[in-house]
Amino acid sequence: MQHRCASTTGGIPAGGPAWHDRPVSRRAVTAAGLLAPLAALLAGCGAERSATSPRTLRVLDTYTNDPDRTVVGAALDAAAAKVGVTLERVSVGGDSLIQRVLQQGSSGTLPDILMLDNPDLQQIASTTALRPFDALGIPTDGYTDGITAAGTYDGRVYGLAPTVNTIALFYDVPALEEAGVEPPTTWDELRDAAAALTRPDRYGIAFCGAATYEGTWQYLPFFWSNGGDERRIASPEAAGALDLLADLVGQGHASTSVLNWSQADVKDQFVAGRAAMMVNGPWQIPELSAVDGLEYDVVTLPTRDPSTQEAVAPLGGEVWTVPATGDHAKEKLAAQVLTEFLADDSLLSMAEQRSTVPGRPALTEAFLGRRPEMAAFADLIQGARARTAELGPEWPTTATALYTAVQLALSGQAGAADALAEAQEYV
Amino acid sequence: MTTTTAPAPARTAAPPVAPRRRARKRTHRLVTTLFLGPAVLYLVLFYGYPVVQNVVMGFQHYTISTFFTGDAPWAGLDNYREVVTSPLFRTALVNTLLFTVGSIAGQFVLGLGLALFFRRRFPLSGLLRSLVLLPWLIPLIVASAVWKWLLDTDSGALNRLLVSTGLTDTGVPWLTSTSLALVAVIAVNVWIGIPFNAVILHGGLQGIPDELYEAGALDGATRWRAFRHITWPMLRPVVSVVLVLGVVYTLKVLDIILGLTGGGPANATQTLATQSYQLSFATFDFGQGAAVSNILIVISLVFAAVYLRLNRRAVDE
Repeated sequence: MQHRCASTTGGIPAGGPAWHDRPVSRRAVTAAGLLAPLAALLAGCGAERSATSPRTLRVLDTYTNDPDRTVVGAALDAAAAKVGVTLERVSVGGDSLIQRVLQQGSSGTLPDILMLDNPDLQQIASTTALRPFDALGIPTDGYTDGITAAGTYDGRVYGLAPTVNTIALFYDVPALEEAGVEPPTTWDELRDAAAALTRPDRYGIAFCGAATYEGTWQYLPFFWSNGGDERRIASPEAAGALDLLADLVGQGHASTSVLNWSQADVKDQFVAGRAAMMVNGPWQIPELSAVDGLEYDVVTLPTRDPSTQEAVAPLGGEVWTVPATGDHAKEKLAAQVLTEFLADDSLLSMAEQRSTVPGRPALTEAFLGRRPEMAAFADLIQGARARTAELGPEWPTTATALYTAVQLALSGQAGAADALAEAQEYV
Repeated sequence: MTTTTAPAPARTAAPPVAPRRRARKRTHRLVTTLFLGPAVLYLVLFYGYPVVQNVVMGFQHYTISTFFTGDAPWAGLDNYREVVTSPLFRTALVNTLLFTVGSIAGQFVLGLGLALFFRRRFPLSGLLRSLVLLPWLIPLIVASAVWKWLLDTDSGALNRLLVSTGLTDTGVPWLTSTSLALVAVIAVNVWIGIPFNAVILHGGLQGIPDELYEAGALDGATRWRAFRHITWPMLRPVVSVVLVLGVVYTLKVLDIILGLTGGGPANATQTLATQSYQLSFATFDFGQGAAVSNILIVISLVFAAVYLRLNRRAVDE
């Protein structure tokens, strides 16, 4: 093969001298012509920011699926209409949001209104990319402590969540009745229930133990309610919580596939009847309700000893922010839109339609009047803890260490205490 | 090449025409430069700049803030120190090695087997040969999603088959056991790499003249002896190309691992490529991510250098 290659390249000079005798200028013209498109391409790079009208605001969020996409879109549009502006909304996948924001930050094309997942807020705020709410006059009172903590960086609020969520225990009502099991309230009851519900074609429980932040998120309620502290993850309290999850997998009451399941996969297992209980959040409710013949209910995740311990839920949900675009007129308009967007009616209607809990406790009663079955989640939210409350922008490192520990323990590579000690080295 | 051949007749020409010749020579040189322009510009823009930028980034504290403030403080060797001393680095390095060696060995042996098989003509051989290309035609993300599904512990097709034939009692945790996950990932990568190896090796086999085999057969060299003394020596240059390119492709495999296991369980399938990706795009420490990918680039470069050497020797022969 090599020989053949050599002979074909050797063939080119043979034709070479022929074109040397022709006038050269035409060649030069052709060559210049070849370069022209490249030059045009380079020149084009300079003019990337399109001019938009002063009363059009750009919005970036991650609501790509219904019902969220339409519900949030309607709330945004209603708020914009009150202020008298139009919105240009772009929704990207949750995985690529931060990358998009970084691109926009470096090219000076940040949107006027930006949605962020709440644990990312402090990291982004620490870069000076966002405007504090007090400077813009957006009301910040009345929210739960968790939401305020998640939205605050260096003493100032940079983002707020209209509605929030957390995770709880979903269970298959007929399956529990058939096995004669009550919904568990303690860890021992959870172990027993999972054992009693396990059959050859079904696991007792499903949860997410993946090597992603989702895996960390699902471990947190057990970790926190048992007294774990994210500043020092190698503790007996943390090990106790990890033991519970590792035992469920080790004794075959949860599939080893939890190591590779996302929360959406967990929901699929539950819907398919391959798990009698699951740890998941209220955002799955619209889909679960649409499944024919699925009878489920939701309870708070068990604690080890309910007489001395309280269930601590991790706070989930998206915060809305005003990026520092440098265009003060538009920042003002964006602040007005967000103020309307976060008003009582707007919040309640979003909470009701998206199966999430309003971020202000004052609205809980009205919300439960419309969605009584959300009581378990509404209770949990009042005391829900923000992941970044203690560590702020440093949280991602600890979150990585925590899912590493979960993976080590659930895969049987290490005991719970050793797994946490090993993971502590990553911090 | 043309610039060196052109002046040859000029030297023997009469002196009076020299200035004209020189002017022509200059224009000629200008044209050559202009023709080279696009290619050089392309290389500098799309290869040179990113590589230089990546090398520089490896020496900077390049984080989320850098995108907004433009500040990337010089870090010296901090990133490299941090990365190399991290407990994950050794795991990732060993996994990268196992993954590359395992994948290449599997792909090459099976690819060569298929290439030899398809040397013969038989009914439907054309159709079958094109079917071998199939893994190449499926997008990697799709392939890994389907494999993840096939290899699932409880409901995957492979485990269903194993359990129903009585080979195992319960499903094998292909992707969720720390001892099996790397093997499973390598197996999937072998499946993806077979077409490349088979096609190139098949092409190499086509270049071996039949007369050699006929002559060999007269001397009693058939089957294994023919392979050992005719096919293998004649195929050697192609083999070295396939192996070196294979190594460079395999070192940087990211999508398949992310799709199948995401580097888990418990980092059992974490390679330098996935570690670099995670540092850059999950923890957003672009400096450390760049450091890992620079280490990977150096490893690839070693193999690229080997490739160029082998290539030159092959041409010389």
